[in-house]
Amino acid sequence: MVSGGILAGIVVVAILGPLISPHDYLQTNFDALLQRPTLSGARLFGTDDLGRDLFVRAMLGVQVTIVVAIVASIVSLVIGVAYGAIAGYVGGRVDAVMMRFVDTLYALPFIFFVILLMVAFERNFLLIFVAIGAINWLDMARIVRGQTLSLREREFVEAARLTGVSTLRIIFRHIAPNLLGVVIVYVTLTIPQAILVESFLSFLGLGIQEPQTSLGGLVDAGVNQMEGASWMLLIPAGLLAIVLLCFNFLGDAMRDVFDARNPR
Amino acid sequence: MKSVRAALVAIVVAGLCGVVLVSCGGPQDAGSARPVLNRGISSDPESLDPHKIRSVQAGEVLRDIGEGLAGYTPTGELIPAAAESWTMSDDGLTYTFAIRADARWSNGDAVTAEHFAFSLRRLVDPATAAFNAHLIADVVNARAISSGEKPPTELGVQAVNDQMLVIRLAQPTPYFLSLLTHASTFPVHPGLIAVHGDAFSRPGTLLSNGAYKLDSWEPGSVLQLSRNVHYWNNAATAIDAVNHHVITQEMTELSRYRAGELHITGAIPPDSFEQLRQERPEEMHIAPYLGVYYFGFNLSKPPFRDSPRLREALSMAIDRDVLVAKITGRGEAPAYSWVPPGVANYEPRRLAYADESQDERNGHARRLMAEAGYGPENPLQIELRYNTSDTQQRIALAVQAMWREALGVETTLINEEFQVLLANMRAAEVTQVFRSSWIGDYNDAHTFLSILQTGNPSNTPLYASDEFDELMQKASTQLDAKARRLYLEEAERVLLTDHPVIPIYFYVSKHLVSPEVVGWGDNVLDYHYSQHLSLASSDATP
Amino acid sequence: MLRYALLRLLGAIPTLLLVIVLAFLMVHAAPGGPFDAERALPAEIEANIAAAYHLDEPLYQQFVRYLKGLVQGDLGPSYRYRDHTVSELIATAFPLSLKLGAMAMLLALIVGVAAGSLAALRRNTLSDRVLMMLAMTGISIPVFVIAPVLVLFLAVRLQWLPAGWSGNEGAARFLLPVIALALPQIAYIARLTRASMIDVLASDFVRTARAQGLGTAAIVRYHALKPAMLPVLSYLGPAIAAILTGSVVVEEIFGIPGLGQFFVRGALNRDYTLVLGIVIFYATLVVLLNLVVDILYGAIDPRIRRR
Repeated sequence: MVSGGILAGIVVVAILGPLISPHDYLQTNFDALLQRPTLSGARLFGTDDLGRDLFVRAMLGVQVTIVVAIVASIVSLVIGVAYGAIAGYVGGRVDAVMMRFVDTLYALPFIFFVILLMVAFERNFLLIFVAIGAINWLDMARIVRGQTLSLREREFVEAARLTGVSTLRIIFRHIAPNLLGVVIVYVTLTIPQAILVESFLSFLGLGIQEPQTSLGGLVDAGVNQMEGASWMLLIPAGLLAIVLLCFNFLGDAMRDVFDARNPR
Repeated sequence: MKSVRAALVAIVVAGLCGVVLVSCGGPQDAGSARPVLNRGISSDPESLDPHKIRSVQAGEVLRDIGEGLAGYTPTGELIPAAAESWTMSDDGLTYTFAIRADARWSNGDAVTAEHFAFSLRRLVDPATAAFNAHLIADVVNARAISSGEKPPTELGVQAVNDQMLVIRLAQPTPYFLSLLTHASTFPVHPGLIAVHGDAFSRPGTLLSNGAYKLDSWEPGSVLQLSRNVHYWNNAATAIDAVNHHVITQEMTELSRYRAGELHITGAIPPDSFEQLRQERPEEMHIAPYLGVYYFGFNLSKPPFRDSPRLREALSMAIDRDVLVAKITGRGEAPAYSWVPPGVANYEPRRLAYADESQDERNGHARRLMAEAGYGPENPLQIELRYNTSDTQQRIALAVQAMWREALGVETTLINEEFQVLLANMRAAEVTQVFRSSWIGDYNDAHTFLSILQTGNPSNTPLYASDEFDELMQKASTQLDAKARRLYLEEAERVLLTDHPVIPIYFYVSKHLVSPEVVGWGDNVLDYHYSQHLSLASSDATP
Repeated sequence: MLRYALLRLLGAIPTLLLVIVLAFLMVHAAPGGPFDAERALPAEIEANIAAAYHLDEPLYQQFVRYLKGLVQGDLGPSYRYRDHTVSELIATAFPLSLKLGAMAMLLALIVGVAAGSLAALRRNTLSDRVLMMLAMTGISIPVFVIAPVLVLFLAVRLQWLPAGWSGNEGAARFLLPVIALALPQIAYIARLTRASMIDVLASDFVRTARAQGLGTAAIVRYHALKPAMLPVLSYLGPAIAAILTGSVVVEEIFGIPGLGQFFVRGALNRDYTLVLGIVIFYATLVVLLNLVVDILYGAIDPRIRRR
């Protein structure tokens, strides 16, 4: 729960920080390139190679990164859970066909298609969400289906079926709550993955359009300044790591909660 | 069910891993003590067929394995190469070359005048589909052959005997000899093509006439060259083998240089420039290069159609001195003309405001903006397109800030992948301002000015000025060098008052050269033949 | 058995056809062509080039031409590497990518499973916390940061390992790329193993085994490890995909001429044949691997054959 608090704290600072700071995210200052972080002049995180305030940019990066990751994860969650649960529970021929389709999509080298997508069209936020969501739902569907498949054979589902509970009710009352644990754990793996895919696209120069930025974009810019201006790498990379760590710990904590309620 | 399937996946994967690991311990090359030069290039050559190349990188490798009629010294003076001498007729239309009697292919065959004639005909033959066919467009009938109106045999080249080659031009071309240093004019072996067709240039088959021959080519990794013992000037070649390492990322190339794995880099990453300037000033080679970096306006659409004042204001408000000092920072020269300094027999004209201070320029620019109807209540909104790259991005961001601060212009940046930007520039539908550059093909002002003539395929701003075209036309038929130069300079003056482009800076060539390398010279064409280099201590090779 | 294999093989054809059509349309939909460059060409020369590479034909004709070649096993000439065919490029690039990926996978599995099991057994102790902290840090740093940092310290500063690929020989040049590629996967696998191991250790049959007096080591070896590995095994697919993604970055940073690098270059250069070739090659590989697994599965489980 500490991690949830840290995460909330970061989000609050990321939203309020830029409002309080005297600088804005695109104000360049050619007399103050690559300034070290200091307290004077409110240059908390120093400046980048164009003299822009790194604090404001890092906070903007946090905002963008979290929004991209959450929306992308929701996209993959909704598609993946619906698809996986139906395939897993209905089973038989339907399952075979649905999973064959997933196998087909798996055969498409998705990251290659994302690169082609980003290459072919103008950059925009929506496209990034769609691209990242499209990568992740396949995994989600497979895992949910596998879990559903094993749940279906469990005694309590068997019992419900024998007592005449309807299929939909079984899926929602008996299967879905038991999926929650695995889904949440998987989403905590998906959010960091989405963040990493976004940063991967930034590395290839296919990410968010400057002067907007994301943590991945800032990290990518920082790698080039690794030796000369280490804060340009360390600060965004540190933030990225903290955000990811928090999401992961949060997932673990949630998992423990679900485990406690549902002892097996 | 699930578990058995998963276990099978695991077995298959583990099996593959095993196979791979076993096959991993291949034989290792015992390092040799011969002098080997390791150079970095940023991408693979497209081909080693001189007629299928277009990139700088292909030229770089071909200059090591091939040889044209003429060449350059390390410092950029034109010298005889495969031809030992030449003469030009008084009207400037006929060149006669004497091919070296001891010029040899890498299998020992003699290089003859007919080989050159064959190669030039192949260059313009439409069936070859050569990118650089237009290089020799001034040779008699070259254009008609390229467009399929005449057979290649009609080209104005003739091998009188094995050693004597005659080339006839349709119009005087003062820079003709420098074209003959271009890799696309290098000879190909006719016998080899007769046997292998277009596949003759593949590794293992290729015959070349330069100081080195191709041993192997691992695409994306390395091209390995070794000494061509049949080369006429083999005795003067110091280095036995040359490796051109293909390294896309500048940072990676720098790491490898610093780790001692490269002698010469093809570039220097901008972010490490300052640090290297302090650490290794002796190893940095920065020299003027025949290239201009510019922003083009789309003159076929509003708001830039018929609005020279607006274009001039935007041009003025870019503080080029700050850009080159703080943003590009690699010794580039701020551009106030279109033709770079250092071009042979030419004095570039300058933009009218070149001598004003930036504050004066900004004030001046604001007045022009106001006259054009833009101001704080009605800010100009434009889109600036550039291709995906860190350097382009930094420049675009800086210019965006300059325009906003000086003129209140609201610029939207659009970062497009290179091929997309090119397609948009060609179509001239959605573009407003776009970044571009031009690298000279030869050392003459004509290569820069001619691209802005009406109808030139590289005229992406769609600049069309009768006055400019007329001056260019006069220059191209002018025999007298001085008069020709005046026409060209006047054409540039016209260009600079119309502002179809914003010249931003002139390129420099940038290399890190190890202290072991002897004989390196800087030149505007950025040609560095490996055969002119030697290594101070051969035991220090990596 | 043979009949089943043949049927499955036939069933794979529509899948592959779909992949080919999709990929073909996508590469051709991208603006710009393989021979566009900053230096525009005179119209007549542009026409000569388009004709030489059949780019002046209507799209469907180009597609039919491509399919014809494909049926004969010919992936065509690369547009960017004009002295090489696509098949040659794949033949040199794939073994490298495979080696790199397989070694990274093996490393990730061994280290990840070991670390995850250890953490699960010592749940909530210091070593669990430290291991999981390390794992999460591993997940939290992108490959394109790990790789240059490793190069800076191990290759440039300390000069222990080669910084680049070409011109260096032997296993040493694999070390840095494999580590950079494996690190995030180690972290994922460790997390997955720990989570499922904890589940399994809490399950009835383990409790029964424990009640029968079996020691921890024996429980893990004979009872817990196998079921605990299931989520890890089903993660293999995504892991392969992740390693494929990572290899694009790692190959780019270390200059390794593998499939990922050729794909990115191909996509950027509009090298239609190369991009298509790699997509088709990869898709075929996945389909065939699935097929092999299914056939093996059918051999074990006779119910499948009757379907």
